[in-house]
Amino acid sequence: MLKSSFGKQKLIPIPGSGRGPLDKTVPNEPGLKCPSCSRRVMEMELKEHKLCPHCGHHFPLNARERLEIIADSGSFQEFEVGLRSINTLEFPGYDEKMTQAINETGLSEAIITGKATVGGYPCVLGIMDPGFMMGSMGSVVGEKVCRAMERAIELKIALIIFTASGGARMQEGMLSLLQMAKTTAVLGRFHQEGLLYISIITNPTTGGVSASFASLADIILAEPGALIGFAGPRVIKQTISETLPAGFQKAEFMLGHGMLDCIVERGQLKKTLELFLRLHGGEKNG
Amino acid sequence: MVKRHFDYEEKYRSLREKFQELKKLSQSMDFDLNQEFKRLEDKMEDIRGDKYHNLSPWEKVLLSRHSGRPVVKDYIEYLFEDWIELHGDRSYGEDRAIIGGIAAFAGIPVTVLGHQKGRDTNENLKNNFGMPHPEGFRKVERLIGQAEKFKRPVITFIDTPGAYPGLGAEERGQAWAIARVLMLFPRLQVPTIAIVTGEGGSGGALALAVADRLLMLSNSVFSVASAEACASIIWKDAGRAEEMASYLKVTAQDLSELGIADEIIQEPIGGAHQDFTDLADRLKKSLELNLKQLMALEMEQVLEQRYQKFRGVGRFLE
Ligand SMILES: [Zn+2]
Repeated sequence: MLKSSFGKQKLIPIPGSGRGPLDKTVPNEPGLKCPSCSRRVMEMELKEHKLCPHCGHHFPLNARERLEIIADSGSFQEFEVGLRSINTLEFPGYDEKMTQAINETGLSEAIITGKATVGGYPCVLGIMDPGFMMGSMGSVVGEKVCRAMERAIELKIALIIFTASGGARMQEGMLSLLQMAKTTAVLGRFHQEGLLYISIITNPTTGGVSASFASLADIILAEPGALIGFAGPRVIKQTISETLPAGFQKAEFMLGHGMLDCIVERGQLKKTLELFLRLHGGEKNG
Repeated sequence: MVKRHFDYEEKYRSLREKFQELKKLSQSMDFDLNQEFKRLEDKMEDIRGDKYHNLSPWEKVLLSRHSGRPVVKDYIEYLFEDWIELHGDRSYGEDRAIIGGIAAFAGIPVTVLGHQKGRDTNENLKNNFGMPHPEGFRKVERLIGQAEKFKRPVITFIDTPGAYPGLGAEERGQAWAIARVLMLFPRLQVPTIAIVTGEGGSGGALALAVADRLLMLSNSVFSVASAEACASIIWKDAGRAEEMASYLKVTAQDLSELGIADEIIQEPIGGAHQDFTDLADRLKKSLELNLKQLMALEMEQVLEQRYQKFRGVGRFLE
């Protein structure tokens, strides 16, 4: 059984540049423990796709690592690098948390967006980073998603978004909740243009992102074992005071309940996206 | 210890009772204290008025959840004529946490939707405390589509702790159901007005709030998540909910300053339940005015204004 949940995820810092060792819980032992099969894995064994060599468990990817395995090399032109969140509500600790997230991830926000080619097909790409304040959606994330959609409309090309988010960024209060309505309003216009939107739901995607642009795509894919839902498992457990069934809210469970088109292993993702782009009339290097 | 219940009115009432006793007692005395009593009484009312004009955000959260507060059915009965309730999502079930139907408002047929809290515990259990499952949101999707077909304006009432976090709700696609409503409302080809009457909590409340106009009762609140949940997530301490409420900017007044609430409907001193008709008359006037303004515009203009209203939400640096 897959054990990773949003709460536990925090014990496994996102690997990559400047993010420290994968497993801080056992500092003296080399490598990290796979949350699925419990075997120890050396970081170098994970390779670029970050899969457990024993059981295929999908370890978290940060946005840049994700970009590496999806976009054609050197094709990514990033949008909106200058957008910065501000602490409108003067929420205590928000500025410090932002600074910390920026320093730890090397990103300016919880999503990167831009134009790229995937297998030669041009598209607008959005990739959320679960390590940046839990991928939470504030004003800037909402704005970047909207502008990505608008650029796709302008360029008449497909839109691909990888989601990973704990939901709304509470430090921005109602301004963050309303990003749900902002992104869905723009998405409504996007869909009228006859363009393709593929959403790939990765671990974990809950709350405001799951209940807005993540679930409104033409094609909804998910990575194996990804936690997907509106309410997080801890909240549900508290509400119903029962233990949750095994596999509850995992991608496989959501597929079984009709919420996803396919579950795609990370190694197959790029090929699968290429296939969808081709079948929707994508023209190479357009 | 965090205050969990808004008890100011009870304290005030017991003070008044003691005051009346004292007044009665004084009549058996030789000297006339009527002047003194009158002055004291005025002072008491002043203090009460001041209190209600200076409620803390947390006190407003508690007042917005007050068990005596009017529920959606009270508003429907008072504001509309020829109300008929319509049920079901046509796929799975009937969710009583959201009530929907058709009625006449000032002679105009409208579609009415609202989160349905109960008037007592029994009703609340039946209505799941106004916390919808996916069926509730699919009912909304169905009824606003119907409203569009017959060109009926849509009026929604918001009063919910949030969408229900349960097993069945997740299995049947809570996120999907909310998202579909959120994408439909911005494009709906009829005027829409939303009123926050009590507590607006999270995405479950937002699903009824994507409207041309958002009105808020003066003691209502609208929050990204409950102050308890935010305190528990950010500070790992639900006990700091009161402090959290003061940072989150959840009151009608705060949201008006942020440009999110378009209008505040003043409640009587003591809250909506102290003088319901006084409040409901004021709400009715505002609804009439807003509806008239919206219906005077071309639909294209209404849609563009609505789109820009939501497209422009957010504060950031470029
Ligand atoms: Zn493994």
